[in-house]
Amino acid sequence: MDFIMNFPFFSIMICMLAALSTFMLGRKAAAWVAKGALFITLILSIVLTAWLHASGESFVYMMGHFPAPWGNEIRAGELEGVMAIFTSVIALLSIVSGRFSIRTGIDDTKQNLYYLITCLMEASLLALIYTNDIFTGYVFIEINTIAGCGLIMIKNTGRAVAAAVRYMVVSLVGSGLFLIGTTLLYSVTGHLLMQNINASVACLAADGSYKVTLTVITALMTVGLSIKSGLFPFHLWIPDAYAISVMPSSAMLSGMVSKGYIFLLIKLIYRVIGFDVFESTGVFDLIFIAGIAAMIMGSVAAIRSGYLRRMTAYSSVSQIGYIFMGIGIANNAGVVAAIFHIITHGLTKSLLFMTAESFTAGKEDIEVGDLKGLGHKHPVSAAAFTAAALSIVGFPLFAGFIAKMLLANASFTEGWRMYVAIGAIAVSTILNVVYFFRCIINLYGFGGFDGAKDDSDTETSITVQSEESSSAYHRNGVYVSAQSDCDAAPTRCEKSVHGICAIILAVINLYIGVAPKLLTAILTKGLNVFN
Amino acid sequence: MPEQIYNHYNDIVAALLFVIGFSNLLFQKNLIKKIIGLNIMDVAIYLLLASQGYISGRLAPILTDGIENAATYINPIPSGLVLTGIVVSVSVTALMLSMTIRLYRKYKTLDLDEILIKVRQDRNK
Amino acid sequence: MEKINFNEKKKLYILFRITGAILVIMLAASLIMCMLDLPGLFSPEHPGENVVAERYIESGIEETGAVNFVAGMILDYRAFDTFGESNVLFAATICVMVLLLVQNPDSKKSSSKSYYDELKDEKEIEPRLVKNDVILKTIAKFAVPFILMFGVYVILNGHLSPGGGFSGGAIVGSGFILASVAFGFDKMERFLNKKSAGIITFVSLMIYCLAKSYSFFTGANHLESGIPLGTPGDILSSGLILILNICVGLVVACTMYSFFSLMRRGKI
Repeated sequence: MDFIMNFPFFSIMICMLAALSTFMLGRKAAAWVAKGALFITLILSIVLTAWLHASGESFVYMMGHFPAPWGNEIRAGELEGVMAIFTSVIALLSIVSGRFSIRTGIDDTKQNLYYLITCLMEASLLALIYTNDIFTGYVFIEINTIAGCGLIMIKNTGRAVAAAVRYMVVSLVGSGLFLIGTTLLYSVTGHLLMQNINASVACLAADGSYKVTLTVITALMTVGLSIKSGLFPFHLWIPDAYAISVMPSSAMLSGMVSKGYIFLLIKLIYRVIGFDVFESTGVFDLIFIAGIAAMIMGSVAAIRSGYLRRMTAYSSVSQIGYIFMGIGIANNAGVVAAIFHIITHGLTKSLLFMTAESFTAGKEDIEVGDLKGLGHKHPVSAAAFTAAALSIVGFPLFAGFIAKMLLANASFTEGWRMYVAIGAIAVSTILNVVYFFRCIINLYGFGGFDGAKDDSDTETSITVQSEESSSAYHRNGVYVSAQSDCDAAPTRCEKSVHGICAIILAVINLYIGVAPKLLTAILTKGLNVFN
Repeated sequence: MPEQIYNHYNDIVAALLFVIGFSNLLFQKNLIKKIIGLNIMDVAIYLLLASQGYISGRLAPILTDGIENAATYINPIPSGLVLTGIVVSVSVTALMLSMTIRLYRKYKTLDLDEILIKVRQDRNK
Repeated sequence: MEKINFNEKKKLYILFRITGAILVIMLAASLIMCMLDLPGLFSPEHPGENVVAERYIESGIEETGAVNFVAGMILDYRAFDTFGESNVLFAATICVMVLLLVQNPDSKKSSSKSYYDELKDEKEIEPRLVKNDVILKTIAKFAVPFILMFGVYVILNGHLSPGGGFSGGAIVGSGFILASVAFGFDKMERFLNKKSAGIITFVSLMIYCLAKSYSFFTGANHLESGIPLGTPGDILSSGLILILNICVGLVVACTMYSFFSLMRRGKI
């Protein structure tokens, strides 16, 4: 056994230990411990994924002295490695760039608790990603829920707590459904470990016994997880929760927290129930239709809401719809596209929330009309915002384009699903264009809406801005020093760190968009060894 | 059919309790009633687990008279799962209750709809 | 959204209720169908009666040293679940602290200041205590020592008899709560305040985390853990399980007391 196989376990435990030690530390030390732990996790995940990609295998790791059906286990393959890298990148960049937001939005004595919750969240997400045991999954889902609640209500204002209550109620309904599904699954199979359940479910399906029960179990667990990730009919908590909390919370909640549940759902499909049995229950159709509805309704709601952060939050609803639609296409290519979109959406949405912070300037939210001319005031943020918006819209050269293309490609072989999926992607893209270009036009202070001209202008501006990232950062620094007499304004250091984080995310986005081969290869290979 | 129902009376009661708790959690306006619904839902799941784990005539899974035979004791796994589940439900209940306290102190009401109306008024101010 | 007038909202609300009712009835029907299909109640042919349960019972004592098979299962075979579970409790404590801990009113942040003012409105930061209640005080004087003793007994015998860290800790915590109600929070604060409760929680969870990490690491790398299991049935037996029970018990006792104290008066 190679030493590198310990890395998943190390990354979970390092985050847990960091969470524990921030409990006793002051706010500055806590910030450093949290950042250090997340950074180490990131490095470990990168090394692990590279090793797994080179060897092309996956392995299980015993948590304790007892092998498969008796003890707990975690499993690591390329998919898990990529997801771990993705969550630690978003968590790290969010809390690094959110220093200003944390400093002004949270009590001094409670700031270390914020870092604690972040570390706990990361640990639970890693455990969700790596777990090979369905009940462990449930326990860490609960940690994730509670930590998510902490992230929302950390401001401790009435509005934040009300948003957190709504989030908790919906989430608890979801975890109740998931738990009763787990219980019933244990009752018919007698196992809790994923591959054992898979084997006995395959036997049961071959016998033809427990047909109703298996269908009900699959539906319950799927609905539970989709409620928790905020799929369309259950999305009502999302706008409040994302728009009210401090910036790093919105970035993390939209970027990675809801994605953990979706990854667990994919695990459920492939490793617990088994793809064929899952397909025979017809739950894929349910997911597909809900995903389509979310894509359209989320975009419509985003157009109707006139506030920047609320609009971005509603746009999350529609993007989660894309992911579920990808899973609902019900073939391997669709799931690969869905995981690809999990990653691109996480990167772009956290970038959008991150940059929205510099436009709101200490206020909770800002009307889209008030963005006028802010693009010249905050050049780096505006450039990064434009990049993210273009990526979400699906502009070529950006990651979002590749994701949409993969989703469309995956649906080609699937009969009626193809027409619906491509139609929905087209409609949703047009709606996305409407609300994001409204922001971009306002940002750069252009006059009326002139689609064609605006397209080329924004494109040139983004290429110039992101290539000359370092010079933009200098300009930014100069601008801040003129403004630093204001008390609520971010300091020069905070501002430049914020800019650098935004640029890093934008560059990753561009990189995935320009060279998607590596990521798609890893995902396809990872999915092949998934079951 | 009646015999089948009799054979599964525990499970059916658990299912009914689950649905009662579930609908209370979703549709009650009062936060305290929501929390009660949450607890009913959790208890229903524990009832289901406990009745799935119990086998008539067997002992609790603690060594008695030095007998180490699996046919003497009931299955320990559901009991362990219930233990874990109880801790989770205690934590979630405490968190929900403290959020309720916080909201009550601010808005002087337990009705979630009223709270949301007041929150919206706050925002528009 | 704000443009919808009242009537339309009411219609939407009724629609929501009707859809909800239909969904709940569908859920009930499908669950009951599912239950009728399950393996027979209380029968030994349950799918759960497989190799897993068999090994937990038949080799449990040699492998974990715990006479209580459930304790052996949750703290040794499936310890990662239980580790997660104690972290759920920890996360909940942190969130309750974020919500209810009253801050210094001089703080510059508007949010904490407004919370302090809200509390002052209620004139209940230090709630009136039942200072002169003879019945409560007398009974508490007799009951508290026994409650605490019973709690400690349940914690220490977790691997031998029903109970364990969580149940024992809850009993000890309820003893603390009774004592604080009867004798006042200021008396409790002498030995259980924010600092000491924090240190106890931190140290116990740290020991738990490190001990379990050691055990996971050695287990996965096929190393000998070198932890003696002792004679099954003794108090000092079953390796890490006793230590873990004590840690969990301490954490739970502090947590229960701090939940109560935070909800009652906004500080520990």
